[in-house]
Amino acid sequence: MILLNLLAAPLGLIIWTSLAFIIVLVLLKKLAWKPILNTLQERNDFIDKSLKSAEEAKVQMSQLKSDNEKLLAEARVEREKMLKEARETKESIIAEAKKTASAEGERLVNSAREEIEKEKAKAMSDIKTQVAALSIDIAEKVLRSELSNKDKQAEIVEEHLKQSQLS
Amino acid sequence: MFQTTENKEVTKVFGLRKILLFGLFFCFAAAFAVAEHEESHEEHAEKEEFDAGKMIMHHIADAHEIHFFTLNEGKENEWHATIPLPIILIGDGGVKLMSSSHFYHGEEIHLDEGHAYAYGDYVMIDEVIYNKDASGDHGIARDSEGSITNSKPLDMSITKTVVGLFLSVFILLWIFISVGKAYKKRGHTQAPKGLQALIEPLVEFAHEQIIIPSVGSKEKAAKFTPFLLSVFFFIWIANLLGLMSFLGGYNVMGSMSVTLVLAFFVFVITNINGNKHYWKHIFAPEGVPFAIKLILVPIEALQILIKPLVLMVRLTANITAGHIIILAFTALIFIFGQSSAVAGYGVGVGSLVFMVFMFFIELLVAFLQAYVFTLLSALYFGSAVEDGHH
Repeated sequence: MILLNLLAAPLGLIIWTSLAFIIVLVLLKKLAWKPILNTLQERNDFIDKSLKSAEEAKVQMSQLKSDNEKLLAEARVEREKMLKEARETKESIIAEAKKTASAEGERLVNSAREEIEKEKAKAMSDIKTQVAALSIDIAEKVLRSELSNKDKQAEIVEEHLKQSQLS
Repeated sequence: MFQTTENKEVTKVFGLRKILLFGLFFCFAAAFAVAEHEESHEEHAEKEEFDAGKMIMHHIADAHEIHFFTLNEGKENEWHATIPLPIILIGDGGVKLMSSSHFYHGEEIHLDEGHAYAYGDYVMIDEVIYNKDASGDHGIARDSEGSITNSKPLDMSITKTVVGLFLSVFILLWIFISVGKAYKKRGHTQAPKGLQALIEPLVEFAHEQIIIPSVGSKEKAAKFTPFLLSVFFFIWIANLLGLMSFLGGYNVMGSMSVTLVLAFFVFVITNINGNKHYWKHIFAPEGVPFAIKLILVPIEALQILIKPLVLMVRLTANITAGHIIILAFTALIFIFGQSSAVAGYGVGVGSLVFMVFMFFIELLVAFLQAYVFTLLSALYFGSAVEDGHH
């Protein structure tokens, strides 16, 4: 008999259970499952997002690194180029300077030579003039001394005449 | 991040140890509570044979009082440690409210079926309350086969099972509303703490390991999740409460009424959400010859009812069977104790070991039945909302 009670489902208990379970459903849905599941979902999303952004940061980091390396390489090449250019410029400047210097030197030498020539010519003409004057003076003196003696004068004239006849 | 998982791990381990300790404690407490009660039976045994079946049924069946133990049974100063419960009867005379102690301390009638009590206009036979029928003996009318023909009022009493039900609901609401509050307060940026940390893996397990894979997809499962989670934890908590026999031995999930309500909810939700393919699968299966359809369709149609009924019976039977086994080991002690005290103590040691063992099995079953009920409900819901491609 009591075993049959065990298998029976008395209506009173069914009503109480229904009431209790509906209350549980309503309260837990609103006050427990919604906040719990929402928060878990939010946390999952947050973790996913964090992992994704970490992955992105990693990629960006490696990108930055390769960019840096590229920049470094570029800078190195640029430096080489600049150094080379500088060297070339230096050399060309030196060559130019040398050329200019040698030309200038030549010009200076030339002008000096010309000057010298000019001075030399001038000096020569001067000397010539002086020598002429000196010669005239000497000749005058000689003549004077010669002409003071009559014999001698006659001898000279004779001589000149002889010469003239000859010529 | 690492800090969080470590904390969780620590709480998990701590939780497990706590549960094991609690389990062991409850186990011994249960054994002592039952033993204490039955010890008095042993003294009584000289006059009355120890009836194991009766004792077991008394512990499992619903009652209108919570009975803890009895002192000096069969003697003059016999004393029952009980809590009388309110009896609420709805009948022709309106609503009647009284204490069950009026029955238990009232006029006792000795019947073949078992204990019967009479009070006022009512008789209570084996915890079932009938209206008194003036035509019969002691107000009990019988037909020619001896069955009771008394009419019954609607018994809305707060019985032992209703108390267990309310206790389970109270614990359930208390745990999950406070955890829900913790989630609202701490948000998704803070690690779970305390009770929240204990509950979170359980909720995640139920949600991600039972509900979503069984229903099919996360989107489809969303609609059923609140019901399934509620059912899962309701069954589990009620089962655990039922194992704490020193609290009065509430056999909530072992009562057909309770599981009937849960199964009815499953039945209604499944069929309300049944889509075109669900109904087509039942009433117009594709690629089946007409002759086989004649057999198949009635079977499939019956399954709509059979599935929830099986859920109901499985849960009740498992929980009741578990209680019966533990009680049977207890009964064993007294059966042997009747022949000789030495045999009683000898068997008692073995029985106690087995009871401890069974208690742990029951702890597992408490979880397993909640798991199975939720899993199968989720599968039924899943079949109702499945997209048709077989």
